[in-house]
Amino acid sequence: MKFVDEYRDSEAVEKVAAAIRALVTRPWSIMEVCGGQTHAIMKFGIDELLPKQVTLLHGPGCPVCVTPVELIDKGTQIAAMPGVIFCSFGDMLRVPGTQHDLLRVKANGGDVRIVYSPMDALKIAKENPSKQVVFFAVGFETTAPANAMAVHQAKQQRIANFSVLVSHVLVPPALEAVLDSPDCLVNAFLAAGHVCTIMGYEEYFPIASKYRVPIVVTGFEPLDILQGVYMCVKQLEEGRFEVENQYARSVRREGNIAAQHLVAKVFRVVPRKWRGFGEIPQSGLGLHPDYSDLDAEERFGVSDYRAEEDPECMSGVILRGVKKPNECPAFGTRCTPEHPLGATMVSNEGACAAYYRYRRHEAKALISDK
Amino acid sequence: MANDKTFTLSCPAPVGTREQIVMAHGGGGKLMHELLETYVIPAFKNDKLESRHDGAVFEVAGAKLAFTTDSYVVRPMFFPGGDIGTLAVNGTVNDLAMCGARPLYLSAGLIMEEGFPLESLARVIESMRQCAEAAGVQVVTGDTKVVDKGKGDGLFVNTAGIGVVEHGLKIGPTSVRAGDAVLISGDVGRHGIAIMATREGLEFETSIESDCASVASPVLAMIQAGIDVHCLRDLTRGGLATTLVEIAEASALHIRIVEQYIAVEENVRGACEILGFDPLYLANEGRFVAFIPREQADRALKILRQHPVSAESTTIGCVEESPASSVTLKTTIGTVRVLDMLTGEQLPRIC
Repeated sequence: MKFVDEYRDSEAVEKVAAAIRALVTRPWSIMEVCGGQTHAIMKFGIDELLPKQVTLLHGPGCPVCVTPVELIDKGTQIAAMPGVIFCSFGDMLRVPGTQHDLLRVKANGGDVRIVYSPMDALKIAKENPSKQVVFFAVGFETTAPANAMAVHQAKQQRIANFSVLVSHVLVPPALEAVLDSPDCLVNAFLAAGHVCTIMGYEEYFPIASKYRVPIVVTGFEPLDILQGVYMCVKQLEEGRFEVENQYARSVRREGNIAAQHLVAKVFRVVPRKWRGFGEIPQSGLGLHPDYSDLDAEERFGVSDYRAEEDPECMSGVILRGVKKPNECPAFGTRCTPEHPLGATMVSNEGACAAYYRYRRHEAKALISDK
Repeated sequence: MANDKTFTLSCPAPVGTREQIVMAHGGGGKLMHELLETYVIPAFKNDKLESRHDGAVFEVAGAKLAFTTDSYVVRPMFFPGGDIGTLAVNGTVNDLAMCGARPLYLSAGLIMEEGFPLESLARVIESMRQCAEAAGVQVVTGDTKVVDKGKGDGLFVNTAGIGVVEHGLKIGPTSVRAGDAVLISGDVGRHGIAIMATREGLEFETSIESDCASVASPVLAMIQAGIDVHCLRDLTRGGLATTLVEIAEASALHIRIVEQYIAVEENVRGACEILGFDPLYLANEGRFVAFIPREQADRALKILRQHPVSAESTTIGCVEESPASSVTLKTTIGTVRVLDMLTGEQLPRIC
């Protein structure tokens, strides 16, 4: 398959891995920001190819994992209301709130539907004028434009029975939160290629220079990730801390201006709670006042609901890259994808689920047995 | 965690003990296995059930018979490459074939919802007729029930099947041996994506058709040719990966497969990339794996490839002693990862 196979070619991959091995002289910790990258690293065993001096830390870039329990609860409350069709991306359905998850609401008779695009939710709203259709708008900058488009069209077309439960988050403030944390281990970042496809990468320059940390915009295929690691290690070994773009086939410096304009029109930057971090100032998107009539929290009276994350919840330590999932005492025993204790065990892109699914720790033992 | 014993985990989320059936209980993954092991198998405890094969094999008056049943609730009822009727016949025929049996007779139970169009019923029954004819089986008994509008979902079909076992092989996971080759009868993932695309109204540039078909004739041809077939399993719910994990666990052996040898059609791969699915976990309705002694693998492949339904058969791996009860996959980039059983349903990811 074009644009996939050439980035999964074992010879090309080995070449870059060898270049990293030849380059590295000291231990470095590199955090991949995006959950999609974490998933690819686990799925392909990319960490297996790296020299032992290079450690990959798994960052806070899985939207499912960082959505606070409070928002999940709001979602399950709204979804359980009569006359509501609650639409969500698939992997939010299994995330546990304080009481239960959206799958449970569905099993209890709630009309919870998986959609692939917010535009599908809008279509459902048009087809069901007697129902209230709510879309769970989660995600980073990547999903924001499509969600903005759905909100914008709903407003334009006066679709009165459509609203959105918004929990959008932004990458740069999360990087700063990671870097500001006293137990930060990160020497360099692989920035999320898809986020930068939308936003460009100019906003990373101040972070790179303030924290003296290399940031390499990186794609999602094995070869992309290894090249990103190579570029980080090269900068680190040379004492540079710059923003570089590995994913040039998708990312331009300025990003997608039209998408940014639409996002800026429909949303505004607000403080957001993150699972594992608590509230981070200016770290999320909420509806712009011009669109506040489409806010599901207001419409269904859940905006004042509060639920606190437990400050000791391990997923926070995982999301900051301080500990690896298999260092958690509950990992794989009390906490599994069927019976998750926290969100990082739920999503495909959550570090714990990826560790569990591909059993990297066990795989290493198995392979070294041979 | 050994160096940090004081750490306490107090995650706010409750442990997910479920008191109700959720969709994932039907997904062929771990929750379904939990369900069977907790409720079903202990209740009906017997050696045939515990062998956990696709069907039961037993002797009656000197004849060795295979017996199986399956219910079909697929939505959408009609999809590219088949419908609920083709599944109901081929699925049960294939379950018998996986016991190494020659399928003979089927029963058909139709549970119809008030208001279900007769035209659709006729289409489904015609599909069943065609598939039964193609597979050389007869539908010899059946039942119809009608439920109130809203109490069913159009049409549910149950089929049971009886076949005759005409050989002395013991086909099943416990017969798998280190040194066996793992053969697969073709590409994987088409049925899962065909259903998903129709159900969710996804539009791809090319239509992806289900692989739904009877696989009885290539299987019987192998057995008749004297191939010492150790285990057969169709790759339905949970797909190739889940099937192999089940067999590795039941045989307490290690299965090693190579990703590069597993065929996935280009458009299926594309759909998987978009949706975040792994083709190794997608359902198939006309694919099976066969565990064959290594020295007979080439001859088995030659036989399988003579049948259109298994023309693309190939060897994807082998069985080893250890590490026991596990499956590893050599990835396309040359690394190795462990394959685990599917957890619940595959859910499309956010981005």
